[in-house]
Amino acid sequence: MNVMTNPIALDVERIRQDFPILTQLVRGKPLVFLDSAASAQKPRVVIDAMVQAMETQYANVHRGLHWMSECTTEAYEAARDAVAALMNANDRSEIIFTGNSTGSMNLLAHSYGRGVLKPGQAVLISGMEHHSNIVPWQLLRDSHGIELRVAPVTDAGELDMAAYEELLSDGKVGLVAMTHMSNVLGSIVPAERVTAIAHAHGAKVMFDGSQAIVHRKVDVQALDCDFYAWTGHKLYGPTGIGVLWGKRDLLERMPPFMGGGDMISSVTYEQSTWAAVPHKFEAGTPAILEGIGLKAAIDYVQAIGYDAMAAHEASLTDHALSRLAAIEGLRVLGQAQDRGGVISFTLDKAHSHDVATLLDRQGIAVRAGHHCAEPLMRRFNLDSTARASFGVYTTHAEIDALADGLVRVREFFQ
Amino acid sequence: MSQTDNFDDLRDLYQEVILDRGRKPRHGQRLESFDSTAKGDNPMCGDRVQVWLKLDADKVDRVGFEARGCAISVASADLMVETVQGRDKADIKALFEAFRTLARTGACPDCAAALAEPMEQLAPLAGVHEYPSRVKCATLPWHALIAALDGTKEASSE
Repeated sequence: MNVMTNPIALDVERIRQDFPILTQLVRGKPLVFLDSAASAQKPRVVIDAMVQAMETQYANVHRGLHWMSECTTEAYEAARDAVAALMNANDRSEIIFTGNSTGSMNLLAHSYGRGVLKPGQAVLISGMEHHSNIVPWQLLRDSHGIELRVAPVTDAGELDMAAYEELLSDGKVGLVAMTHMSNVLGSIVPAERVTAIAHAHGAKVMFDGSQAIVHRKVDVQALDCDFYAWTGHKLYGPTGIGVLWGKRDLLERMPPFMGGGDMISSVTYEQSTWAAVPHKFEAGTPAILEGIGLKAAIDYVQAIGYDAMAAHEASLTDHALSRLAAIEGLRVLGQAQDRGGVISFTLDKAHSHDVATLLDRQGIAVRAGHHCAEPLMRRFNLDSTARASFGVYTTHAEIDALADGLVRVREFFQ
Repeated sequence: MSQTDNFDDLRDLYQEVILDRGRKPRHGQRLESFDSTAKGDNPMCGDRVQVWLKLDADKVDRVGFEARGCAISVASADLMVETVQGRDKADIKALFEAFRTLARTGACPDCAAALAEPMEQLAPLAGVHEYPSRVKCATLPWHALIAALDGTKEASSE
């Protein structure tokens, strides 16, 4: 393999040293972790930030009049600033912390769906959504009389833009809720065009950025979308913390989702009034340690830089696509022009679960199944695929190990 | 990673009979005439199986199935058919319990002697016990079979 000199290339060997888990052996073999799209590994700085908070500086937030609580509140709220900067949000109060992307989208479906959308209006999703961006809207449809529309995906695994625009043309769509990057196909949706077309037809736009924010710089003001959901654990942060960003005027029009402490202004038995955004949407003690961990993860990612991460990932993806294309009987699902480091594939001789088990025996972790995207699987007449996904720590040698391993899997099932 | 590694340790899981049955199941078709049918679904991984039963008095006369799933689930369905045909419902349920123990632990020391013969036929599946995430692949067709016997339409191995 030629080593290209790239001025913004990241030093992957250096980065790998930041991730303690990568020295682990699996079944006696070095771990080849190609399942980052399900959940990414954590760098030492994230682990340390959370441990250090528990060891030195921990109390509940937003309510203590003592030093520990003030320090913890400051550290936790610094995460909100970090998220706002990461996404180029106009205002830190537009950042709502949730449990994960699923939590973010359920919040939106409940609060915007029931509080702002009117029965008879429609929500438009795409044909390549994760179940978490399908089911909340089905629940809304059934409880609130909202129509659910689905914009189809082309054979290449891209959003069918003509069909998308046609589905908006009657003006009934109040909200477009769409993935920014498919967790199965790796396809990246042309988010600015999607938003512009939706706005031209009077619809607001939410992107599920669970995958996209790991691979691309997300600037919500440049995208001009209205809501953006993502989760910390895929961006090298801890589990248990997600984000919903929304334009402030929209958030202010939305009723609370959950009631409880932290989200009120005052409470009497007759009525309560709500705290200002974002706290109106953050009932109960939040994920304090996870917020502190997320801040460390964002700092880590920002220090590497999205340009370097995207270049690294593009190089890995090209290499993987060319190695996989050389394997007889292997079919890659989707050929999107714009794609991130997620590749789904099938082997003609072996079911994806058997593929995953045989790869696991070689220390290679991939995901197999329907990837919480059953309708997309049906679209391509499949029940399941195997999926390899890449992170900042993924090497070209690991992709070679995958390709070599797949050749041997195929021989095994010959 | 050694290129001479021929997955020898995986031969416990993928014995020749499993590979063969997974590829070319003998009973992988629906019955034209049947008394009961049920589907089995593993929602976490997407495996699906449907079984059809033809009864003769209180015994299962014939079983057919269609499966979309991994080698383990297809082979398990195929071996299941051969071990349950000619048995009555109570017998089949006892056999399922014994097989479940085999799949989870790799052995069934307390299995009734009367089940020794069918358990020997099912023994190639014992290797799944070392792969906790794959045990449900092996038991899925049995869940569907029991659902068909009980008259429920769907079963899940989750």
